[in-house]
Amino acid sequence: MISDELQSQPDVAALSAANPEFLADAKFDRQELTVIVPPQHIVAASQFLKSKQEYVRLSTVTGVDWYPSEPRFEVVYHLHSLTRNQRLRVKCRLPGKDPEIDSVTGVWRAANWYERETWDLFGIKFRNHPDLTRIMMPDDWEGYPLRKDYPVTGPRY
Amino acid sequence: MATHEIIDDTLVLDSPGAGDQMKPRRMTLNMGPQHPSTHGVLRLMLELDGETITWSKPDIGYLHTGIEKEFEAKTYHQSVTLTDRIDYLAPLSNNLCFALAVEKLLGIEIPEHAQWARVMLAELTRLNSHLVWLGTHAIDIGAMSVFLYCFREREEILKIFEMCSGQRMMTSYIRPGGLALALPRGWQQRVKKFIDVFPSRVDEYEDLLTNNKIWIGRTKGVGYMSVEDMLDLGITGPMLRAAGVDYDARKKQPYSSYEKFDFNVPVRSENDVYARYQCRVEEMRQSARIIKQVLEGIPPGRHIADVPNMTLPDREKMKTQMEALIYHFKIVTEGYRVPAGEVYQVIESPRGEVGYYIVSDGTSKPYRCHVRGPSFGNLQGVPCLIQGTLIADVIAAIGSMDFVLGDCDR
Repeated sequence: MISDELQSQPDVAALSAANPEFLADAKFDRQELTVIVPPQHIVAASQFLKSKQEYVRLSTVTGVDWYPSEPRFEVVYHLHSLTRNQRLRVKCRLPGKDPEIDSVTGVWRAANWYERETWDLFGIKFRNHPDLTRIMMPDDWEGYPLRKDYPVTGPRY
Repeated sequence: MATHEIIDDTLVLDSPGAGDQMKPRRMTLNMGPQHPSTHGVLRLMLELDGETITWSKPDIGYLHTGIEKEFEAKTYHQSVTLTDRIDYLAPLSNNLCFALAVEKLLGIEIPEHAQWARVMLAELTRLNSHLVWLGTHAIDIGAMSVFLYCFREREEILKIFEMCSGQRMMTSYIRPGGLALALPRGWQQRVKKFIDVFPSRVDEYEDLLTNNKIWIGRTKGVGYMSVEDMLDLGITGPMLRAAGVDYDARKKQPYSSYEKFDFNVPVRSENDVYARYQCRVEEMRQSARIIKQVLEGIPPGRHIADVPNMTLPDREKMKTQMEALIYHFKIVTEGYRVPAGEVYQVIESPRGEVGYYIVSDGTSKPYRCHVRGPSFGNLQGVPCLIQGTLIADVIAAIGSMDFVLGDCDR
C-alpha cells in the first residue's frame, strides 16, 4: 500500500489518479522517486507520464538481475522532465523465465538503442521493438553477459 | 528499404533493373569502422542516391569491453579506475559522477575545499575535451592548423593533470570521499599561468575559424535536426543547447557546489554545425571564468572527508596510530560497505548528460552499475541528423556531435 507521504508526490498522485492499476508500489529514497509499474501497463503509463506529467526525455533504460530471487529481472527507466526540472525512475519486475515486456519505442524513440542494449546484455525481450538485435556483442554471441549467472571464468572466458 | 549487401570492405552497386526502365541506382557505402573522421571505431552504413543520403544506420559495439560487468567484480575503491576508461577524453568528469553517486549512497558530505577543487578539475577536463573536439573537427572539415593550436593548450592541461595525479589521462584523481591526494604545491601558479593566457588563445582559434568563409560555408545550415527530434532521441549537451534548449545540469541540478559560481550557459537557436561550434567555444570561455573563480576563492581545508571506515587515512597517521593502520588495511583489502539502495546521479560532461545508476546490496562491491554515456544517446540521432544531406556534410554533421566511442560502447 502506498503511504500518504508518497501520495503527496505529484507523480505518484497523478499516476494513481489516472489508473490505480498503474502503480504497484512506490519509493522515495535519497531524494529520488521510484515508481513500480506492472509490466503489462508500461506503455500506457509511459504515454501518460510523457503527455500529462511532461516527461519528454527518456534518459536511459537498463536492467538489473536479482538472480536467484523471483521476480528475477527489473527493467529500469529513467525519465526526465525539462520543464518541471524533475527526474523519475520507473521500474517493471519480470520473471526469470522468458522475460518479456512491451517496448516503449512508440513513446520515446530514444528507447530504441537502450532496449536493444538491455536485450543484448540481459536477454529481456521487448515486444514490438522495430529492430531487436544485438548492439554491443557480436551477432552470433551466445548468452547474456550481464546476467548474474553468466560465467566470468572458465575455459571459454 | 533496399537490401544491404556489403561485400568485403567497401561498396556494392545495385544492378540496373530489368527492361527498359532503369531502377534508380543506389549505392551502399560503408563508412568506417576505420575511417579517420569517425573518431574511433564507428561504422556507418550509408545508402546513397548520387551524393544524397537516403538511408543510414550506425553500427556500434566495436569498443565494448564489458565495463559494466567489471564493476560488479571490483570494490567501490577499485571501480574508480574503470570510470576513467569510459570516456577517455573526459576522465575526470566520469570520476566525478561516480564519486558523487557513491557519496549519495553513503550519505556523506565532502569538504568544500575538495568540492571546489573538483569543479576546477571538471572544468579543465571540459576545456581539454573541447580542444580535442575543435582540433579534430577542424581537420575533418579541412582546416589543418587549428589542430596544432588546440593541442598546444591541451598539453598544458594534461601537464596540470599530471602534476595533480601523476597521470596525464587516466587520472583516477577524484575518488568517493574527496580527492586521491591533496592538490600539489604550486598548483595555483601553474593553473593561473594557464588560465591567464587561455582566453586570448580562444581568440586565436576564433580568428582562424569564426569568420573564415570556407568554415562558414561548410558548417552554416548543415546538420539541422528539429528540437522535438532531439529530445525524443535523447540528445544532450551542446548539441541540445545549440538548438535553443537551455538545459545544463550544472545550473538546473547543481552538484559539487556549482551553484556558487557565476557563469553563463551559452544557448543558440540556429541548430546547425556552426551554432554547435559557437556554443562550445563560448563554453570554453565560461569554463575559464569558473576556473578563475576557483583560484580566487577556494576555501582552505582538507582534500578528503574524514570518515574513518571509508576514506583512506593519512600516511602520517598510519605510521603512528594502530587504528589508522587497521582501517587502511580493511579499506584496501575488503573495501568499504555501502548501504543498500540505488541512485541515479547526473552531471554535465563536455558531451552532455553523464548518468551513473548504481545499485548497492550493502556489500563493498556495486551490485549493478549502469553508465548512461552521452555519446550513446547522441549517436542514436545520427540517421535523423544526416537523412537527405550530402555525403560531404556527413563528416561535418557527425563531427559536430563530438562523440567518443569508448563512452558509447563501454
